[in-house]
Amino acid sequence: MADPLLALDGVHTHLGRYHILQGVDLRVPEGQVTMLLGRNGVGKSTTLRTIMGLWRASQGQVRFDGLAITARPTPDIARLGIAYVPEDMGIFGNLSVRENMVLAARSGELDDGRLRWVFGLFPALQQFWLKTSGTLSGGQKQMLAIARAIIEPRRLIVVDEPSKGLAPAIVDHLAEAFRELKTARTTLLVVEQNLGLAKAIGDTVAVMADGRVIHTGSMADLAADERLQTRLLGLSLESHT
Amino acid sequence: MNERRRILLRRLSDSAGYWIVPAVMLAGLALMPGTPWVTLTVAGVAMGVIVFMAAAGMSLVFGLMDVLNFAHGAFITFGAFVAASVFAALGAWARADALPLNLAVVAAALVAASIVAGAVGWFCERVIIRPVYRAHLKQILVTIGALIVAEQIVPVIWGGVPVAVPRPETLKGAFLLGDVAIEKYRVLCIAVGLVIYAAMYAALARTRIGMVIRAGVANREMVQAMGYRIDALFVGLFVAGSALAGFGGVMWAAYNELITASIGNQMMILVFIVIIIGGLGSIPGTFTGALLVGLTTNYVGYLLPKLALGSTLLLMVLVLLWKPRGLFPASGG
Repeated sequence: MADPLLALDGVHTHLGRYHILQGVDLRVPEGQVTMLLGRNGVGKSTTLRTIMGLWRASQGQVRFDGLAITARPTPDIARLGIAYVPEDMGIFGNLSVRENMVLAARSGELDDGRLRWVFGLFPALQQFWLKTSGTLSGGQKQMLAIARAIIEPRRLIVVDEPSKGLAPAIVDHLAEAFRELKTARTTLLVVEQNLGLAKAIGDTVAVMADGRVIHTGSMADLAADERLQTRLLGLSLESHT
Repeated sequence: MNERRRILLRRLSDSAGYWIVPAVMLAGLALMPGTPWVTLTVAGVAMGVIVFMAAAGMSLVFGLMDVLNFAHGAFITFGAFVAASVFAALGAWARADALPLNLAVVAAALVAASIVAGAVGWFCERVIIRPVYRAHLKQILVTIGALIVAEQIVPVIWGGVPVAVPRPETLKGAFLLGDVAIEKYRVLCIAVGLVIYAAMYAALARTRIGMVIRAGVANREMVQAMGYRIDALFVGLFVAGSALAGFGGVMWAAYNELITASIGNQMMILVFIVIIIGGLGSIPGTFTGALLVGLTTNYVGYLLPKLALGSTLLLMVLVLLWKPRGLFPASGG
């Protein structure tokens, strides 16, 4: 098996006196969509924040393409080609949609071809291009957050609960966008509570409980095994479709 | 009908930052028409732009890095006393009845004060602020301590008595505009302040660094997650903000013509009020807040002298009751 693009080995993260991650082992294969699932409060978002260096691992190692990034500052991690879409979307509400996108294009100017492709995925962004992003709807903000992450080719895109709080129609639209990213062999690590979306886009899956990864495998296998879903997640895909 | 009225009121409230200063000016015109209004408005705007210069850097530093820097007053103080030294050293130019020479004195004072205040700011960031990032209580304690130390250093260098900062010759007195006498120095303050505001606004709105700063004010963490080294940017911003406070110190010193070591400390009250009214981290907000403070102080001082001292605090309370995040909140989206 090829080396994973991203690997976490025995990662522990403390927030003050709380021991959130308690030895996370995770592999994210290149060119695939890895879903990180689990009940609320098991450490999924903390795992993503630890990968990005926003919270420091107190123990263990995070490697990206074989390079140890555990102790690197967040900007240096991002410059390796990792884009992050946080749970709250991280939109700069006082900037226009255009300015949000320009900032996301680290290399400088926006590439016209890439921008057209992004507009094809999210037409609303073209419509509101000069509008202050703080005035967008929740779904439009999520589109902008993901558009920022893909405005340049990235080696890995880390997304935290993209469907949270969004209307089903918007979630379907996001799923389409993720599928298109998949066809471009973009590597994604996605935290998601919506099992329907996870099933629609995921190749591999890791399930967390109590600050650890307790199950890894293919998303298709988990989707096909209702008893496993109930045991790991307390829910089944059937109830989400 | 009610719905339309509600929408209209909401829009009016949302756009308050844009119309509140003209509204206050119009209210002033209604209450004291004629000469007093013109004189007080010029004085209020001049005071406002000086306070803006003193407050702008602190607003960005607070908005971008969540740093409460009470030592900011020290940069104003050093700016004021450096101006006193420059004015004294270039006394012959200052006393000459020639506008170019007089303006050269002011320009020299502004350059010298910004260099000194910027250097003091750099030292302050490295030695005092950096060890206490993300610890508000410690920031308050150590920066108040730094302000006290700075206030004690000033008498050591410039002596313990108030220092006179006489305005250059051609900037003394007033010129007549119809029946209205307008102080020349106040016009200079307004011109310098407007140029600085326009330059800052353009830099923040049109340059990439400006965009990063505005984004950082809204969501510092996300800017870092996009690959921008905001800590390095912060040092530059801190030094620039300190230098700008030095600018404010120069203009304020010649505005008052007599300065003491507590000039910065005294101005910090106005600076905080302006930053809070305007919305943390917003340059248009700081500018609007500063104009409001300047106009209110002058209008109330004329109409209700007994209320003058408390007028700015009252203004802050009223604005916060109406708009708790200030007139131009830096939205996090």
